[in-house]
Formats: sequence, C-alpha cells, structure tokens
Amino acid sequence: MLPFFAALVAASTAVLIFAGGLVTSTGSGLSVPDWPNTYGWFMWTFPLSKMVGGIFYEHLHRLVASTVGFLIVVLAIWLRRAEPRRWVRRLGYLALAAVITQGILGGITVLWYLPDAISIAHASLAQIVFCLTTTIALVTSRGWKQGYEPRIPDPGSRIPPRDTTLERIAIITTVAIYVQIVIGATMRHTGAGLAIPDFPLSFGHVIPTHWDPKIAIHFAHRAGAAAVTLLIAATSGHVLYHHRGSRELVRPVILWLVLVALQVALGGLTVLSQKHFIVNSLHVVNGALVLVTSLVLTLRAHRTRLGDVLETSHSPAAQTFMGRDTDVRDTTVREARA
Amino acid sequence: MRRSFHLLFCTVLCATSVALAACGGGNQTQQTAPPTEGGAAPATPGAAVPATVDAATAATVTGKVTFAGTPPPAQPVKLSSDPYCEKANAGLKTETEVIGSDGSVGNVFVYVKDGLGNRTFPAPSQPVVLDQKGCHYTPHVLGIQVGQPLQIVNSDDTLHNVHGLPKSNKEFNQGQPIQGMKMTHTFSTKEVMIPFKCDVHGWMNAWIGVLDHPYYAVTATNGTFSLKGLPPGTYTIEAWHEKLGTQTQTVTVGEKETKDLAFTFKA
Repeated sequence: MLPFFAALVAASTAVLIFAGGLVTSTGSGLSVPDWPNTYGWFMWTFPLSKMVGGIFYEHLHRLVASTVGFLIVVLAIWLRRAEPRRWVRRLGYLALAAVITQGILGGITVLWYLPDAISIAHASLAQIVFCLTTTIALVTSRGWKQGYEPRIPDPGSRIPPRDTTLERIAIITTVAIYVQIVIGATMRHTGAGLAIPDFPLSFGHVIPTHWDPKIAIHFAHRAGAAAVTLLIAATSGHVLYHHRGSRELVRPVILWLVLVALQVALGGLTVLSQKHFIVNSLHVVNGALVLVTSLVLTLRAHRTRLGDVLETSHSPAAQTFMGRDTDVRDTTVREARA
Repeated sequence: MRRSFHLLFCTVLCATSVALAACGGGNQTQQTAPPTEGGAAPATPGAAVPATVDAATAATVTGKVTFAGTPPPAQPVKLSSDPYCEKANAGLKTETEVIGSDGSVGNVFVYVKDGLGNRTFPAPSQPVVLDQKGCHYTPHVLGIQVGQPLQIVNSDDTLHNVHGLPKSNKEFNQGQPIQGMKMTHTFSTKEVMIPFKCDVHGWMNAWIGVLDHPYYAVTATNGTFSLKGLPPGTYTIEAWHEKLGTQTQTVTVGEKETKDLAFTFKA
C-alpha cells in the first residue's frame, strides 16, 4: 500500500507542476493578490463560481499545491511509522520540508509581485520536490527492493553488474537536465520566452546575430537543450549497448527518448505558437518528467552500490549513516524475510 | 529521531495555525482596504515657487493628434474566460488604437513636459475616478497629479484585481471581489506613464500619467486636446500613445494667447 501511495504522491507532484506551468503561461500569477487567503476567503471556502479568468489557474494551483502538501505530510508520517530504512524516512522529512518551503516561496512571490529570483527559486524547488517524491516512490517499490535481494551474485539475477561509466554519465546527465530546467525557468520568469522568435534557427541563423540579456538567456536554453539531448543520447546508447538485457534500465531509457523527442517538439511549438499556454505548460511538465526519468535511471544504475551502502547495516558506512536503531530494525526485517 | 519528528510536527502545526489565523472568512472589505502611501506632493527643494497663475493672462494650447496611414482595425476581445464579462460587454474591442476614419487619434496623453520651471502646484483634493465597468477600464488613459487621490471602483459583478506597475512609484496589487468596492490610491512621484492591469482579465489595461502640475489632457475620439490656464512662456509639449510612441513639440505662448499644435503619428 505504501509503494502505491508514494507513487500517487509522485504523480500528484507532476500534476502540481503542470498547474504551476498554467499559472505562468497564462500570466495569472497575480490574479489573486492575497495569500494564503483568496480574496479574503479561506482557500478551501472560496466559491467555485468566482474562479474566473486568471483566478481559475492561480487558485487551482493553490488547491492542488495544498493537496500535494497534505499528501506529502501523510507520506512522511507513513514512512516514519512503516519504513524500516532510516534514509528513506529521512527522504520523507526532506520532501516535507521542501514542500513547505515551496509553499512559502509561492506565497512570497505573490506578495512581492513575482520577483524573478523568488519565482525562479519556486520553479526550481518544484523540481526538487518532484525528484524527492519520485525517489521515495522508487525506493519503496517492490521492484527496487527485489532488485538486490538476494545479495549473493546470481547469473540469473535482475541486478545489473556495477557499471561505473553508466553511474557517472547518468549523474552528469541528471544534473545537466536540472540545470537546463533552471535556465528554462529563468527564461520563463524573465519574459525571454520569445526573445528569439523563430525555431529551430535563431533570427535566421544558427547563432543569433545580435544579443541582449533576454536573447542570451533564451539561447542558453536552446544550447542547453542540445547539450542535454546529446548527453541523453550518449547515456541511452550506453545502456542499450551494454545493458540490453536489463529491463529496469532499458525501460526508462526508452521512455526517456520518447520524452526528450516530445520535449524538443514542445519547445519548438512553444515558440512557434507564440507561447500557447497549453503547449507551454506541457513543455514545463514534460521537462520535469525527463528529469525524474533520468533520476530513476541514475538511481537504478547506482542501485547495487546504494544497496550495499544504504540497505544493509554490515558495512561501517552503513553503521555511520543509519545509526543503531535502524540497524536493529533492518536486522529484524531481514530476519522476518528470511 | 523521535525528538526531530516532534520538532517537524510542531513546525507543520505552527504553519497550519498561521494559515488558519490569517483566514478572513467573508470580510473582503478589510482585505481590499485601500493602501495609504505618499500623501501630499513632495516639496520641491530650494527655489520652489508656489504657482500663482493669473487667469487674466493665462494662455491656452490646443491641438489635434492624427495618424497618417491606414489605421489598424480594433480587434474583438475574447471574454469567454469570465461568463459575466461575456454577458456584460459582448462586442468589446481593443482600445489600444482608437483611430477615427479621418485619422484622428483618441487616448493620447498630451502634457507639458518642460517649461514650468520651479513652480509648484497643490494637489487637488477631488479624486480622479478609474472605473472597472463591463470588464474594461473607464477611462483607458487618464492623468492625475502627485498626491491627488485616485479612486478605483469596481462596478462589475465579478472579481477584479487592480495591479499598478509603476517604476518610480510603489507597485501595488489589490483585490476587489465585490461589486461597488472602492479603493483610493495616491502617487508620490511624477511618472509618465504607469500601466494598470487586471490579472484576472488579461485584456484589461489602463494607463495613468502622474504629473506635478495640472497641464495635461487626454485626446477625445476626435483627436483634439486643450491645455488651459498656462502661464505665458515657452513649453515642451509631449504627446504619448501606448503603441504609437511619443512626439514632442516646443511652443511659446504669450498673454491670453492660444496656440494650436498638430501631432501626426505614422505607422
């Protein structure tokens, strides 16, 4: 039940990011001037009939955000009560702290009239929250747990052999995608989304012929997209060549490739459609999906090592990281499983 | 571990309590209480001279603003995001370019940009009214003096937010969720022009010119304007349009004299 709930929380975070994208894409960020209330009403008592114009998007975002916040509170408590691994419980607390911070940032950005720095931080932290909920969903899943049990190497095991090249390139790619999303958020919140009005060229050239700060930000996002696409292609190629038999790696790679192709298309369409709000918002949420797919691949690539360090309490590192109480819990769990 | 969990739980509880404590229920009037900032116009430092314009010698500058070329047609506004607006003002068109068949341009802010020297003018106590009616601002362009109250009214049976985006003055954003609500705002610094918008209804925008003197006008739909009561002298007159840009002319007026100016914007 916990894995299902964790997956539900992760999915709801994606919905929240889409709702946030709608707010920015429709320019509705200040259509509700007060916070945490909505035009003086407590958020949940605001009449549906009054959700008109920009209020619809902004208020909907607040409702979804508070729902996700509540779900993360439940998840953190659930992990606290049912999860034997201390580091997973800590992930729950971290997700809770992140979503509370995220809510406060959202309020501040409204009350301070959308300052770029706060709005960009709000957008960037949203990705972190999504990464945390996705990680929790992954590491509580049965597949993750079964993947490294039994721990004795077995030719028929689903455990991929350790591949340090993959481990490294997966981390680099995930970080690069996150940086690319932050650049994208900067572009959105500084109004640089149409600074280069054509696509795929830039003012008819590969490199813009003239520059200003907005053009620079916009072009950085395009250059970042090219770099990230290359990294994803390289990582995918590596997985498909060296780990063809490992479904847990191949599946996210295939999803990744589909999402990246979609993302490039949505990016181009965002420009060509003059930032149509649906296309623009889909670009935002799809970017987040590219990121968490990369994260899942990275975590699975590191799973053997993570299992050694985090899932057992035999190693000195695990003793240090997990503490004695978890050691007892893990031992108990292992014994129960045995 | 247990202690850190309790700490976390208390944090969440406190945050929830703060959120609940901030709930205003139905008390929207308090929520949208008008901000009070600025107040009287700042005193001009040094050699400021209180203006005493002799009506017997005052001059007038009149004129007309026209557009050379084929005027772009006003576009219908899509109001479907708010059923009230759709019903209240079906057929609303964009007010960016109000250009008559003879090329006369309305909604142009014409004002004395320079030439009044150190004269100071007291701010009128009578408010200038900006109404939100039929889901658009009336008027679309207006002028006001520093320190003069701007009364913003919601005549619509729908929610508006009044969002002023000045650069020299202080930005503000107030909600007016109930029909008939009013708020008053004053500006502390002259600024031409300040955009106003409603973030609920993306098509709603207005422009306000804030000056430290009373010599300004907004052209009527026939493109005409009149600046009355000017002390004799030489002035720089600027005509500002939200899309066509600005034009300036210099004019010298003697006692009781009336001068006529013509501003022509091109596509």
